[in-house]
Amino acid sequence: MPDATFKILRGDRSGGELVEYQVPIAPGMVVLDALHYIQGHQAPDLAVRWNCKAGRCGSCSAEVNGRPRLTCKTRLDALPLSEPITVQPMRSFPIIKDLVTDVSWNYRVNKKIPPFTPRSNVEWKMDQSDVDRVQEFRKCIECFLCQNVCHVLRDHDKQEQFGGPRFFVRIAGLEMHPLDDVSRTQLLKAELGIGLCNITKCCTEVCPEDIHITDNAIIPLKERVVDDFYDPVRWFLRKLKGKRAV
Amino acid sequence: MNEKFETHEHDVLIIGAGGAGLRAAIAALGQGASVAVVCKSLLGKAHTVMAEGGIAAAMANVDEADDWRTHFRDTIHGGKFLNNWRMAQIHAQESPERVRELEQWGALFDRTSSGDILQRAFGGHTFKRLCHVGDRTGLEMIRTLQDHGVQLGVDVYMECAITKLLTDGDRVSGAFGYWRETGRFVVFKAKSIVIATGGIGKAWRITSNSWEYTGDGMALAYDAGAELMDMEFVQFHPTGMVWPPGVQGILVTEAVRGEGGVLRNKNGERFMERYDPKNMELSTRDVVARAIYTEAREGRGTEHGGAYLDISHKPAEYVKRKLPSMYHQFRELADVDITAGPMEVGPTCHYMMGGIRVDAETAQASVPGLFAAGEAAAGLHGANRLGGNSLSDLLVFGRRAGLAAGEHAKRSGPVTIDAQQVVVGAKEMLEPFERADGDSPYQIHRDLEETMQNNVGIFRNEDDLKKGLAELARLNERVARMKVEGSRLFNPGWHLARDLKSMLTVSQAVALSALERKESRGAHSRIDFPKYDDFWAKQNNIITRDGNTMRLKQSPVAEMPVELKEIVGG
Repeated sequence: MPDATFKILRGDRSGGELVEYQVPIAPGMVVLDALHYIQGHQAPDLAVRWNCKAGRCGSCSAEVNGRPRLTCKTRLDALPLSEPITVQPMRSFPIIKDLVTDVSWNYRVNKKIPPFTPRSNVEWKMDQSDVDRVQEFRKCIECFLCQNVCHVLRDHDKQEQFGGPRFFVRIAGLEMHPLDDVSRTQLLKAELGIGLCNITKCCTEVCPEDIHITDNAIIPLKERVVDDFYDPVRWFLRKLKGKRAV
Repeated sequence: MNEKFETHEHDVLIIGAGGAGLRAAIAALGQGASVAVVCKSLLGKAHTVMAEGGIAAAMANVDEADDWRTHFRDTIHGGKFLNNWRMAQIHAQESPERVRELEQWGALFDRTSSGDILQRAFGGHTFKRLCHVGDRTGLEMIRTLQDHGVQLGVDVYMECAITKLLTDGDRVSGAFGYWRETGRFVVFKAKSIVIATGGIGKAWRITSNSWEYTGDGMALAYDAGAELMDMEFVQFHPTGMVWPPGVQGILVTEAVRGEGGVLRNKNGERFMERYDPKNMELSTRDVVARAIYTEAREGRGTEHGGAYLDISHKPAEYVKRKLPSMYHQFRELADVDITAGPMEVGPTCHYMMGGIRVDAETAQASVPGLFAAGEAAAGLHGANRLGGNSLSDLLVFGRRAGLAAGEHAKRSGPVTIDAQQVVVGAKEMLEPFERADGDSPYQIHRDLEETMQNNVGIFRNEDDLKKGLAELARLNERVARMKVEGSRLFNPGWHLARDLKSMLTVSQAVALSALERKESRGAHSRIDFPKYDDFWAKQNNIITRDGNTMRLKQSPVAEMPVELKEIVGG
């Protein structure tokens, strides 16, 4: 089989450039296989994150020909091989080296979210139908591709005012948990800036787990925020008997 | 060397952030300890996410007749009576509570029609016992533990690798390592250390394990004077992907068979009829792996040397619902629609039953202050692990290790760090940069994988094992001369160079133990000794360090109390 040409961003915080590598193609090969080949034969210090190599851990996110992808699931035979394949790090996060970026901001946002808090004296029974919609959110593998493409973060750098799609998905999973007893709408409105999302659905398009981030997580959460803060009747009812605010 | 090392002090240091490490952290925090978790990858990426099928726990939600005794009996039979009986008992008794706890921390399992946690059938389990979330149970577990641990205040040191345990007299006092990002060195001072680093799968070419599984914890403990046990027992999972080449070894969950998947050879025969007619596809993993391997070796394999695994007789919607990850994995990586046709599968190196020898109650190793849990520890699974018993192992013994480590830290006086040990640790890490020439760590790693795959695989014999040991000795010499290129900034070649040393230590322990055990039992199959042996039925192989020499001795398997013998039967 012929070789494929790769152009890979090599560099660190002080700058970088695209460097060309030739890789022999094997059947069914994915971009991560090519990166491993380059490490093993040409550039032993090429920095790449990966773990499971099966689309299950969300470590190997990068931008392949400008598209945010998991490199372990991006097949070479789905790319035009007449042109070089460019592989660059996720643009919304600061580069550390080559394809590795500093994603620590995500872990800081996650810490702000109040944990699952079950109602007291609850009987641990749930219907599968109630569990289903939450399980969709629990599929998230934290690849942070949604964070990477969200223009609030990517183009407007609102990291301090905005939580990003990943954490709206996580909060949706908690808010819609059949036995959860805490409201996170104040956090969503004030600290995580859900109002800044104008539902362009970029996040949904890149999700490798096919989570309907915008329709099933963000829009329902926006509605809850509106109910809690802008609808006086529902606000009052919720105060009387609804979820505890934190 | 005058470099001033960054130092962190905690009561309990946990190495590894998979299920066992995180569960240990939660338990130690509950003891009021200051707890650090150190992990080589980002938090939440450990191999626990790859566990698919479920957590074995005798909750009796589906099969009312199930109880801890049956789970205990299944585990001992699966382990071919080589298990530490007390660990197997504790595991069977405590698993249900550990699962309920996960649910109370936010995990959402699939449900029965009455709203309880749903349980599925799995190989070697008498009853439907595996609590699960489709085929992504491990992800649910690690996310739940991660969020709970972070909320309780565990300090997580991500992308940090430990290369040396530090000792103060005969007890542990801390650990030395480096930040993967910057390459700078770091010292952790701690009264208790829990090893929860998982297995050694990256020493084989065909493996379900990621780059992290290089036997670090076992090698660190061995270097610090701890005993390793049962190292000959390496589980080859029967069903890994075999085609295309890039995905070879990636796990195909046993849940496919648990949900009714059947195995066939190229002639269309359900060949398990010839190997285990009673249990068929849900026989134990050692049996199914050998069966698939044998079919292929005798010319009845598929085009790419495996077997067909077929679930397409079930309704497509059901398959997509119960095995969504498998559906996507095959569709995207192999162009196979598993709702319409069979998968091609073959054995893949998956799990280490052996590991650090620990006390059943406290998970303490033979070095004071050192604890181990999960895949890095030995004893629970004996000669063969049942599917689903690893996730429950992580929870049950992760918790016990964390409790005991917290307790130990409370009781013990201050420890001191020996600066000389730190200097030695730093020197060892920098040496490969200073060599003008030498092999690349990647080349040595490829050769190690071939050596283990070809000589210490599913079927073993004396010639191959001796050849393997000789090759490992040569690889050790090459490692002593290997060269690393580039800087210390996030340099995977450098990281691999250090991991190779751990892999070689542990691989040697595996080959040595496999050569010694002159019988076939569980995952250890000797072509030259194909039967059970009465002597070996009652012996565990123990590996210890004597200076620079690896020693092997036997230790009798502890006798089970009469009341447990009655449960186990013949």
